[in-house]
Amino acid sequence: MTGFDSYRVGERAQVARWIISCAFLLLLGAFFRTQIIQHEKFQLRAETNRLRPIPLTPPRGAIYDYRGRIIAENVPGYSVKLLAPSADSLRAVLARVSRVVPLDSGDISEVLRRFQTARYQPVVVFGDATFETVSKLEEHRVALPGLVIQAEPKRLYPAGRAVAHLVGYVGEITDADLENERYEGLNPGAIVGKAGLEQAYDDTLRGTEGVRYIEVNARGRLVREEASSASLPPTPGHPIATTVDLDLQRFIDSIWPPGVRGAMMAVTPAGEIRALYSSPSYDPNAFIGGISPQLWRALNSDEARPLLDRAIQARYPPASPFKLAISAMALRRGLVGLDTHMPVPCRGGLRMGNRVFRCWKKEGHGSLDLIGAIAASCDVYFYQLGLKLGLDAIIEDGVLMGFKDRTGVDLSNEINPIYPASTGYFDRLYGARRWSPAATTLNFSIGQGENTQTLINMVRFYAGLAGTGEELSPFLVRPREGTKARPLGLSPDQMEGLRHALIAVVERGTAQASRRMDLQVAGKTGTAQNPHGKDHGWFIGFAPADKPQLVVGGIMEFAEHGTVVAPYVVQALRRYVLGPDSASKTPIKVRVIAPEDSAPRTLELDPDSAAVQAAAESIRAAALPRP
Amino acid sequence: MRLAAIDRQLAGTALALVLYGLVVLYSAGQTDVPTSGAGAWHRQFLWVGVGLIAAWGTFQISPRLLEWLTPAIYIFSILLLLIVLAVGTGAGTAASSHTWLAIGGHQIGQPSEIGKVATVLMLARYLSGRREPPRSLRDLLIPLLIVGLPFLLVMKEPDLGSAIVFIGIFFAMLFWAGVRPRLILLLASPGLSLLLAFSNATWGFWIVAFTLVVLAWRPYLWDGLAFWLLNVISGFIAMPLWHRLAPYQQNRLLTFLNPEVDPRAAGYHAIQSRVAIGSGGWFGTGYTQGPQKRLAFLPEQHTDFVFSVVGEELGFVGVAIALALFCALFMILVRVARRATDSFSSLVVFGILGMFFSHVFENVGMTVNIMPITGIPLPFFSYGGSFFIICCVCLGLVSRVAWDSRLAGYADV
Repeated sequence: MTGFDSYRVGERAQVARWIISCAFLLLLGAFFRTQIIQHEKFQLRAETNRLRPIPLTPPRGAIYDYRGRIIAENVPGYSVKLLAPSADSLRAVLARVSRVVPLDSGDISEVLRRFQTARYQPVVVFGDATFETVSKLEEHRVALPGLVIQAEPKRLYPAGRAVAHLVGYVGEITDADLENERYEGLNPGAIVGKAGLEQAYDDTLRGTEGVRYIEVNARGRLVREEASSASLPPTPGHPIATTVDLDLQRFIDSIWPPGVRGAMMAVTPAGEIRALYSSPSYDPNAFIGGISPQLWRALNSDEARPLLDRAIQARYPPASPFKLAISAMALRRGLVGLDTHMPVPCRGGLRMGNRVFRCWKKEGHGSLDLIGAIAASCDVYFYQLGLKLGLDAIIEDGVLMGFKDRTGVDLSNEINPIYPASTGYFDRLYGARRWSPAATTLNFSIGQGENTQTLINMVRFYAGLAGTGEELSPFLVRPREGTKARPLGLSPDQMEGLRHALIAVVERGTAQASRRMDLQVAGKTGTAQNPHGKDHGWFIGFAPADKPQLVVGGIMEFAEHGTVVAPYVVQALRRYVLGPDSASKTPIKVRVIAPEDSAPRTLELDPDSAAVQAAAESIRAAALPRP
Repeated sequence: MRLAAIDRQLAGTALALVLYGLVVLYSAGQTDVPTSGAGAWHRQFLWVGVGLIAAWGTFQISPRLLEWLTPAIYIFSILLLLIVLAVGTGAGTAASSHTWLAIGGHQIGQPSEIGKVATVLMLARYLSGRREPPRSLRDLLIPLLIVGLPFLLVMKEPDLGSAIVFIGIFFAMLFWAGVRPRLILLLASPGLSLLLAFSNATWGFWIVAFTLVVLAWRPYLWDGLAFWLLNVISGFIAMPLWHRLAPYQQNRLLTFLNPEVDPRAAGYHAIQSRVAIGSGGWFGTGYTQGPQKRLAFLPEQHTDFVFSVVGEELGFVGVAIALALFCALFMILVRVARRATDSFSSLVVFGILGMFFSHVFENVGMTVNIMPITGIPLPFFSYGGSFFIICCVCLGLVSRVAWDSRLAGYADV
């Protein structure tokens, strides 16, 4: 064959060598680029390939009371997780787990649901496993591929139900919260505060998650639980010191009549919350490691709504305790003195047009001065005082005293009280000229009407009265930023006079059953009209009366009268002021001296509801002169 | 005396590659997860033994006898390819294809490997028998037929990787036979046209450029017209052809362009292979210690992707050594082909070079994603009996050619 001579072949061999050299240089270049230049990138890819991060839960900061006693702490606990390559394989392993430790089908479907949200993470099977469960599972480890058992700090509330609403509870972060700016940087499965102090101070308490790595193979199977790669230890959360008196909190829980709904809270005149109790309560420890769906449903569907913090999340008509606010308004405006009598003495009612607004005491109180009227809680006196003030003044001063705004306590979910900002409120609610200013004034002057207050709001007012004459925002750890003191605008003499009037309530007035000789208690009962059932009872008091250390407010739903509540409040005050030994251990005898309160039917809780509209209609019909 | 004349460079390089391959294959089986490759190195020892015997046997056959036998071998291999199409079975990742010949459930080999050698021989016989190298398309019709037949049969299996090797063999041997580079380029142009037809703009540009090239080079009139027509036709059939490809083939080509399109499925091999190689760095993660391999993130780590194990565990240095060995082998093959006593032997050696080169470039290239992924083994490294034996047979042939030329005194030219 021509063209196969030595020269030509040599030429072609040279070309062939060049082509081969170039090809190998190209390959070598590709490897150099991959292995040397992009080494870091692929190294990282390789690690993420086989290392699955497992978040390490940081210990939450402890919560202490004002004497350093523990309200919330951490104890060692175990979480049991499973790493599974697929839902089917997870189901198979769960079936084997259920043979070792009890696990019903509901639990299994819950685990599978959680698995779907983060497939490459170990899924939590038991958030809070007992040592027994862990050791049983450990025994069968060979048959349970992907089992990850982790020692985790676990929250414990030694006082349990007694501190439930105060401290709140913790739980796994929700999907919605993950989007929230406040929880930036948290991963699914992180534990965050859900209520109470745990929620309000979550940023402080939470700490920072650590991470460790487990090694998996290409099928997502666990190979080694402890990967050689370094782990990052979690940073513990910071503890918080609260103003709470754990003894008092526990004491209130112990004396609270079982089954009664309501709330009690104790505040020092400086605004430090010493106790915050709501009933019915729940056990915050039940939420640790994930609350069972049954219990969660039960808590939410319970008609008594145990999760509701009645001290800051329920509104009640302020009733008679509000008479002190009316008194303060009249005093600061100089309309009356402490010894002023009203033109019409109490004969059991006050005639307005063709309608009689009655006093709670049918036989009447006679002619009283302001102190006497407060002590006797005489409605007729306050009807006239209210008329003297006028509705505009009541609304204006009420707003100034903070009855329209929440206190700004350092807890989440405090609700606003309902209080009109101006008479325009009634125009909007009922239409202009379709409501009676006079009847509304009378309602407001005895703490009824379109005025509902939270317990904490009323206690703040009384704390101001008992203390410096300024209303301070109550707080558990520190006052919330931006809250400022509201001066009541009363002179020291006027304050002194009102306090005497409140002493008189307990000494000879509506709460005299609660009187004890060794501690002088001042306070005011109240009976909140409740169109849905029996009336609610109020009592807000402070002690010692001459130099108040503590203000305690209590409300019991369906208690019918404030005198029912008064003994409990007095006991709490005694416990705090006199110490544990002086507190009465004897059962409380309650003598109801005001069996009936016949103040006009008034508006309730939510002014927008249909029932309230109907009630408003009937009041208007009754109050307007008939043609 | 006779043995002393054996090409020691060739034998040494080949032995080094075989040993390197065994060492890597052993490591490929050392995983934390049970894989089918665990005992592969053990069985490969057997194949190495068989391969040595086969190489020795081939070494005994004189090129003249081989040339005489060539038509029979070629027809036999075509028959095998036909049989495998009819009764073949799949294996491994390509379980649905017809690449394996099995008797009684035992897979005894892939006829496409024999087909490659047979094609090399047949092409060498035809080309060396001509008076002058092919000068026109008409002259190339028979070579096209010789390669085209097994090529189409292999494509039908389907075994894209082997088909590419046939193309490599074809062009390598035409080049070595002295076909003018212009004609080779014209011959390759329809393939380029096919590739560029993915968009109207590139294809339009291509066909204009090609027309100008044809006008400038002035081949034979009919050749020019034929090539131009072929380009146009392949441009038009590109799309229908694309749609006829199996989805997995389409995906492979697509993920070659961008593996992240489908990182869990089609792009998985390409990504995991690069991750393993890239994590190797300069010196690798240590022999048998590669985590990607151990945890079975590397796919097909004892067959098609065995070179990724080299990259992960022995690093860039290990890769460079392996590539240097292959490069050395190819340079030796070029030398042997250049100094062969006759054109048939020379063409056979260069054809074998084309075949090896296609395998190495495609296989190593796909592990770093500079070539699309096709199921093609790496000579001396990948586990597999029939391919290893064929490689040994080829080396036996080359040794014989080198031996002959040395005895004839050509070696010192």
